[in-house]
Amino acid sequence: MENFTPIAATIGGVLIGLSAAAMMLFHGRIAGISGIVSGLIGPKPGEIGWRLAFVGGLLVGGVMMGFLMPSGFAVDVERSAPAIAVAGVIVGFGTRLGSGCTSGHGVCGISRVSPRSMVATVTFMATGAITATIVTQLFGGTL
Amino acid sequence: MKYQVSAFLAGVLFAAGLVVAGMTQPAKVIGFLDVTGAWDPSLALVMGGALVVYAIAFRLITKRSAPLLGGRFQIPSRTDITPRLLIGASLFGIGWSIAGFCPGPAIVGFGSGMNEAFVFMPGMIAGMVLFRWWDAWMARRAEVHT
Repeated sequence: MENFTPIAATIGGVLIGLSAAAMMLFHGRIAGISGIVSGLIGPKPGEIGWRLAFVGGLLVGGVMMGFLMPSGFAVDVERSAPAIAVAGVIVGFGTRLGSGCTSGHGVCGISRVSPRSMVATVTFMATGAITATIVTQLFGGTL
Repeated sequence: MKYQVSAFLAGVLFAAGLVVAGMTQPAKVIGFLDVTGAWDPSLALVMGGALVVYAIAFRLITKRSAPLLGGRFQIPSRTDITPRLLIGASLFGIGWSIAGFCPGPAIVGFGSGMNEAFVFMPGMIAGMVLFRWWDAWMARRAEVHT
């Protein structure tokens, strides 16, 4: 557990929780990233502004943090571009089929004690763990 | 305008949280999911921290009759566990573990100029478009059969 960063992880988690709370307080919306992004593809009228603004905030936040904390974007895993691209397609399709990702189901849904979100979170954690184990054990951690 | 500014600031805060938490480093995500390796439990504390804050805030906020900027609280009400939910979540877990990215960190990483995110994001958008097509095709097929 030499890579464990408990304090940073907890502080970061609290910030994420505050952001999600702000979306509910001001907008009455669940801060589910995959849902907010996919709502920009063929958007309904009146649904574009807040979604674009939130995603814009994520992007600008990324730019800012890239300067403030460049170590936060280190890549210490062996993954080829095709593997990452395929993973992207699977994540895009899977999050829409399953109506959410780590934010919408994992954080917001479990907080609301939603049975769907709890089942979804256990499911994606399980398939994620199985996949990670296969990659390490059978492919030597390289894809 | 207030509407856009508050959503934008929430996005910036979310991004900062993800980066501070280490979630824009694929190794930390994969290190959590791979329990057979040098296990890194950080992700559990990220979710835990977010969960505690949001669970309390959600209960307090939804006591109000409406959000601060108007409209209504739009909270999912479904409780049915469907094949779509299970298969979708399963697929998401696989993709998440292959790349070490979920949608939030991918967008934030894209903003920071991370090469991996430049590859992942177009794939993710393509996957969402693909789902739209597939879903529409399934709906048409169901209409024909009824």
